[in-house]
Amino acid sequence: MPTPTEHGRPDAETTTLARSHDGRPIADRGDTVCVIGAGASGLTAIKNLAEHGFGVDCYERETGIGGAWNWRHDRSPVYASTHLISSRPFTQFPDFPMPDDWPDYPHHSQLLSYFERYADHFDLRRHIWFGTEVVRIEPVDGDRWDVTTRSTGGYGPERTSRYAAVLIANGHNWSPKLPRYDGLEQFRGEVMHASSYKDPAQLRGKRVLVVGAGNTGCDIAVEAAQQASHCWHSTRRGYWYAPKYVFGRPADQVNDTLLALRVPLRARQWLYHRTLRLTVGDLTRFGLPAPDHRVYETHPIANSQLVYHVGHGAITPVPDVARLHPHSVELTDGRQIDPELVVFATGYLPRFEFLDAKILGDDEGVGRPRLWLNAFVPNHPTLAVAGLLQPDSGLFPLVHWQAVLFARLLHTRLTRPDRADAFAGRVSAGAGERYSGRVKDSTRHWFEVGHVDYLRALERALRDLEGK
Amino acid sequence: MTQVSERPRIVRGWEWARPVRPVRREVLSAAPELEEGHPPLLFVPGFGHGAWAYAEHWLGHTASRGFPAYAVSLRGHGGSGPAPEADLRAYTHDVVQVAAGLPRQAVLVGHGAGALVVAHALARYPARAAVLVAPVFGGWASLGAALRRNPFGTLPAVFGGGLRLSRSQLFSRELPEAEARRYTARLGRAARRAQWQLLTGADPEPAVGRPPVLVLGSPDDRVVPATALTRAARRYGSAPLLFPGMGHDLMLDARWQEPIDAILDWLLKHPGRAGRP
Repeated sequence: MPTPTEHGRPDAETTTLARSHDGRPIADRGDTVCVIGAGASGLTAIKNLAEHGFGVDCYERETGIGGAWNWRHDRSPVYASTHLISSRPFTQFPDFPMPDDWPDYPHHSQLLSYFERYADHFDLRRHIWFGTEVVRIEPVDGDRWDVTTRSTGGYGPERTSRYAAVLIANGHNWSPKLPRYDGLEQFRGEVMHASSYKDPAQLRGKRVLVVGAGNTGCDIAVEAAQQASHCWHSTRRGYWYAPKYVFGRPADQVNDTLLALRVPLRARQWLYHRTLRLTVGDLTRFGLPAPDHRVYETHPIANSQLVYHVGHGAITPVPDVARLHPHSVELTDGRQIDPELVVFATGYLPRFEFLDAKILGDDEGVGRPRLWLNAFVPNHPTLAVAGLLQPDSGLFPLVHWQAVLFARLLHTRLTRPDRADAFAGRVSAGAGERYSGRVKDSTRHWFEVGHVDYLRALERALRDLEGK
Repeated sequence: MTQVSERPRIVRGWEWARPVRPVRREVLSAAPELEEGHPPLLFVPGFGHGAWAYAEHWLGHTASRGFPAYAVSLRGHGGSGPAPEADLRAYTHDVVQVAAGLPRQAVLVGHGAGALVVAHALARYPARAAVLVAPVFGGWASLGAALRRNPFGTLPAVFGGGLRLSRSQLFSRELPEAEARRYTARLGRAARRAQWQLLTGADPEPAVGRPPVLVLGSPDDRVVPATALTRAARRYGSAPLLFPGMGHDLMLDARWQEPIDAILDWLLKHPGRAGRP
């Protein structure tokens, strides 16, 4: 059993074995594992790796923890009213519950305070280098990694440290995806991506077009309904707008009751359709397009208010945008509308600009890595990505188990190399596997997972790894 | 010290779908004068007892030795909110909630059936360490022992009544009669379902985070036989630490200081986690 490296900072004492190609010394961090990012995924990675006896260095470009959920961060996508869309039991880390007197759907500021408490409770900050961004990650012999960092913003010299393993937890909701529309450059009104939407004051008194029916798009449309002088909501297809509560309970808890009873998908879809029909009603009556898919086939939209505001005439549902003119927007049905502000809630793309795309199996460089369990990288047993998941439920418990599995894998490499090799075989064979029922394809949906399907697959992987 | 690594349970559909209802929880605490960087201890009382049982001696003594000390009353006990329908899961929930609410990773100390609650809590919260004091892990054998020693106090519990523990079961003769009477007068009762689960409930799941576990008790305990102590300690790969001549309630008995000093000395010897996976 190797002794874990001290949790100190690499300093003059650190053994210097090699030099980088531009002649700088490389600090060898021994068995220490590098975690990139101190958001929710990074924090649970640090906690679980340290719990398994590994030294951990975490690099965080911001000066605080919480990543996307820290509204002070310039890459944070949260807006003033952001609330969770999965209820507490599905959102909390499995071994660190949120206070039970919190609401079913906490506010983003509560979530940040939860992460702060998690970091303090498990004393995680001592592992984190704040204000430090990762420039490059390169594989070196022996499945080790050279990680080059510098101060955020590009100031100061670069420094390179060599690690036994790297866990990438850089998040996937910070690089805006903007679809191409004809005439976007000529449009005279204001255009923004949802990532820069922070406060309903930005909408007040304006004629607003919101594009996109993700959870963010629907939230903004609902706020526009209350603040703007008019709101159009443009969606590519019809969706199921699931209420946050059914039968007086959080809807995801009702759904998991059915999952726990092992009700098959078709029956759950039928029940869900019946329930929505009885409670929300016929969407086409409201002028919304009928959904072109069965429920559970796209990322669920949990929004009780959208249909309500459509019913009050505060939101006008419209089809997709065809092109933009200087003073108007043309829709695919030929209609012309004249918004002053267009908000594109068209999502985000995952980006790993510090890593050669080929390493993650993204040979075409389209930002779509080929991984197993959305985390493990073929041919690179000491590299993993945490949190690259779009679950139909809360993300953080899933990432917790990813981190546990990675920590146990690294441990198994030392104690039972044969089992670690067998695991590597499964990674190569299973890369690209999906963990959900049939889903409508879109760049947003390729890492969509069903939380129970995914966790069962992860449970199997853990069992196989430990030979039980 | 390491327990055999068992597979953790990942999918908990029923628990997610039916979260435990919150209830007002009584937490008593004592803070050390100087922050010395020691982990906080969370004391969990057994059935019928409340946080008061620790507030008598152990909380203050723990704090005087530099450890922040907290004691929780399980729902339906002491100053916590009433909960006639509580089960072991609800009690476990109470312990995990309080533990996760402490500023730093806590040491869980459970007494009697509270030790079983702690054992369950260890599967849901990575404690820094755990101490099981005179643990009652339940099962039919412990019912037999209790029926032999105190048939009239135990029998009603079998039929859903409250479990009544007698003075001679809980305390040694060294404890002055008046004090013993005062303590037994304060005893409450656990919920019926929780009592039943003590007999028929499932074994605790494996602990997460591999905490070191210390088991201690008295060979003269008239609730927990010495064999049960040994069995409980063996679950965690160790032997029990024994304090002869004491009753079941080690934190209230005349020589209450010896076991708590032993616990704190043990914690000082085990600053980190013992045994990696």
